[in-house]
Amino acid sequence: MLLGRLLKQDWGPTILLGILGVLCVVVPVANLLIPEDSVFHVSTYTVTLLGKYLCFALLAMALDLVWGYCGVLSLGHGAFFALGGYAMGMYLMRQIGTRGVYGHPELPDFMVFLNWEELPWYWFGFDAFWFAMLMVVLVPGLLALVFGWLAFRSRVTGVYLSIMTQALTYALMLAFFRNEMGFGGNNGLTDFKDILGASLQSDVTRVVLFVVSAIALASTYLFCRFVVTSKLGRVVTAVRDADDRTRFIGYRVENYKVWIFTVSAVLAGIAGALYVPQVGIINPSEFQPLNSIELVVWVAVGGRGTLYGAALGAVLVNFAKTWLTSEYPEVWLFALGGLFILVTVALPKGVVGLLRNLLGKET
Amino acid sequence: MKIAARSSTRVELGRWVRSSVVVLVAAGLVPCFGVEETNALDASFRATVDLLKTRSFGEKAEAARAIAGHRHPRTLEVLTALLDAELYTERKTGRVVVAKGLDGGGFTIRDAVTGEELGQVGRRGARKISVNNRLRGLLRGLIAGIRLDDEDPDDRIAAAEAIADGADSSMRAVLDARLLVESDAQVIAAINTALVVFDLDADDETIRLRAIRASVRNLDGRVREKLTGISNDPTASEGIQAAARETLESIEETVARYKTIETVFFGLSLGSVLVLAAIGLSITFGVMGVINMAHGELIMLGAYTTYVVQTLFPGALEYSVLIAVPAAFVVSGLVGIGIERGIFRFLYGRPLETLLASFGVSLVLQQAVRSIFSPLNRSVATPEWMSGSFELLDGLSMTFNRLYILIFAGLIFAALVLVLQRTRLGLEVRAVTQNRAMARAMGIRSARVDALTFGLGAGIAGVAGVALSQLTNVGPNLGQGYIVDSFMVVVFGGVGNLWGTLVAGLSLGVANKFLEPYAGAVVAKVLVLVFIILFIQWRPRGMFPQKGRAAEN
Repeated sequence: MLLGRLLKQDWGPTILLGILGVLCVVVPVANLLIPEDSVFHVSTYTVTLLGKYLCFALLAMALDLVWGYCGVLSLGHGAFFALGGYAMGMYLMRQIGTRGVYGHPELPDFMVFLNWEELPWYWFGFDAFWFAMLMVVLVPGLLALVFGWLAFRSRVTGVYLSIMTQALTYALMLAFFRNEMGFGGNNGLTDFKDILGASLQSDVTRVVLFVVSAIALASTYLFCRFVVTSKLGRVVTAVRDADDRTRFIGYRVENYKVWIFTVSAVLAGIAGALYVPQVGIINPSEFQPLNSIELVVWVAVGGRGTLYGAALGAVLVNFAKTWLTSEYPEVWLFALGGLFILVTVALPKGVVGLLRNLLGKET
Repeated sequence: MKIAARSSTRVELGRWVRSSVVVLVAAGLVPCFGVEETNALDASFRATVDLLKTRSFGEKAEAARAIAGHRHPRTLEVLTALLDAELYTERKTGRVVVAKGLDGGGFTIRDAVTGEELGQVGRRGARKISVNNRLRGLLRGLIAGIRLDDEDPDDRIAAAEAIADGADSSMRAVLDARLLVESDAQVIAAINTALVVFDLDADDETIRLRAIRASVRNLDGRVREKLTGISNDPTASEGIQAAARETLESIEETVARYKTIETVFFGLSLGSVLVLAAIGLSITFGVMGVINMAHGELIMLGAYTTYVVQTLFPGALEYSVLIAVPAAFVVSGLVGIGIERGIFRFLYGRPLETLLASFGVSLVLQQAVRSIFSPLNRSVATPEWMSGSFELLDGLSMTFNRLYILIFAGLIFAALVLVLQRTRLGLEVRAVTQNRAMARAMGIRSARVDALTFGLGAGIAGVAGVALSQLTNVGPNLGQGYIVDSFMVVVFGGVGNLWGTLVAGLSLGVANKFLEPYAGAVVAKVLVLVFIILFIQWRPRGMFPQKGRAAEN
């Protein structure tokens, strides 16, 4: 019955969950069981690439929750993604142990290089997986809670809020670029060896990470659907459509906004934590404002306010990016820029909206 | 036989040519002397230089002084060679020569007195005239003394400073002599500093005390060093120590004050750049409620216009910046109007969408510039009149380009205020800003106003680009670095408020520069960003929010 409520939208949810389910079965089989010379073999490179797309889809869904359903356009969601990634990266750094270039049992290479004597206090505990996972959720969540509480309570809205979030990620980027911060400066964290004892280089680990990402995406989708179809979700939608009226009715608009903003940030952090072991690096350029804005375009392309559209947009745009940057590198920015303009001017509801129009189901 | 005769003639000819070249060179350097006199001068100079052929360093010092006193065109070269340990005696002839070591171990030698090339000798063919540290100090002073008579005032200043560094009080006489004929104020100041440095070491207490008192206004590092030494010197008398301490304190005070003035100046110049970058944004943001993320790229277009102007008119480098200002205004303004007509007008009332679309425009512009001009940075030359610095007060100098940008920002701001307050367009712009529907009802064609305002804001961004091209490298990413900063300025000052933008830009610039020495450039910037983020929580509409009905949306 609950599932019925979650899926009762149109065919989108069923298709999304169906595709994810198929991928979870087909990709491991095609990568691990089918021999390499067969046409049906999926290379590990492709598995990682697909896993990356799934993380981006998860991130896009997180943004869609706050932008599409609450009307809060965050231009700093890349920051939450990167913070989650850093938390995971710190765990992976601690797992290197003595296998680093300098072979120091305690300190990561870059700290040895900087002549640091001991681990900074905020690195403690990251050798334990459960602690790192807690931080993946807590750090972005707390930042979003504090930032959102300050911003929404003062009724910073609209473009002001967008600019503030952009400033937030910009400030974090500048800070993380500093070596003194203890996060590896502009090189970031990299050279990871293994996760929970399994080598990150092995095909099996890659496939497992892929499957975990797919499951995470599916559960995030169901969770977001649960949120937006709940009573709270309806209030949030009301806030998006008429901020003042909702307040006049008696709802504490800012509390709803803070709540949804924080949840969204936590989801973005989880996406970052799944992303880092698959690509093998996290550095401050993840904080750059351009990334966060690109993320907004994924959602816009897919269609905001649909959740599965955000996931679709993320995969479409990133597929185009992978293809264009390797085939026609100088065209990519023209294409992305053109896409921004085209989507906002001609396709305000994104690809999903276009499809709905074509199928004659105006919602 | 015939061949032999001819070759001997050639030898004769060669020798003749060589000796006459030497004579000509000598005559050219010292036009007042004839050939005979040059030889006589050479002879006496050789006699003086030969005094160096002694083992005693004391005698060598005497010889060096005598050489310095000798008015011979090669005096400076001989002393420099001696200082650089390139002065040798040739074993075979006993002549003093300037020798350069060869890789094989031998030397190429030149006569020290005439400068004549004497070919090569083996490793044992010449003996070095050795110098010790004391002699080196003396030589530096002597060389400085000669250069003190140089024609270039900068050289004379350098010479006076070198004398002060050498602290050889025997150079006093040279300084005093020069002071009598010197006319350049800066050289006089440098010589006086050197004299004060000498006096601070004087044995006579009254001279010393007078020197201490006289150095109150002197900001030279050497004087400060000397004073610090004296104030901690237990052998100096109580009075001298106290006087030195007092003077030192007042000097430190002046230095601190100058430092503050300098920081304020740097801050204002950074702030004026911010104001220039943000003010166009403030107009478009204020009038249309539109966030133009392509604003940074419009700045970049202005900077590239400067580059193109300089490439098109390489002869008019001095005026290129002046030509570039209107050119950049037109280029960026037209692009701005194009963006507004082509994209933004379809998106009014949807600020978030406008933000995204304009970001798309910025990507396209960036890539376009990258494709046309290459992704590498282009260097824009600075005209002569904008480079260099000037001395505001003694020891407080400022660079011209920063000063001009400060003035330029002021002029642009004033022009903009005039346009908005005194012209018909300005009136319409203000009307639309306050209440679009009412303005339309009163017969203002708001679409036209929108296009023109956007053009105006974009044009000013272009002009800001011209200014920026004089400060940083011109590259496709130039605009990106300023976009977040300009938004901060606009939001901090209050949207649609020109004065707010001015105050916000300047105060952020100054705050940044004051924080920098304590926190470093990056942390200063982060702190300023965090401050603004917090400030916006406190006053969500900036320092000078719009009041009344206009503030409702």
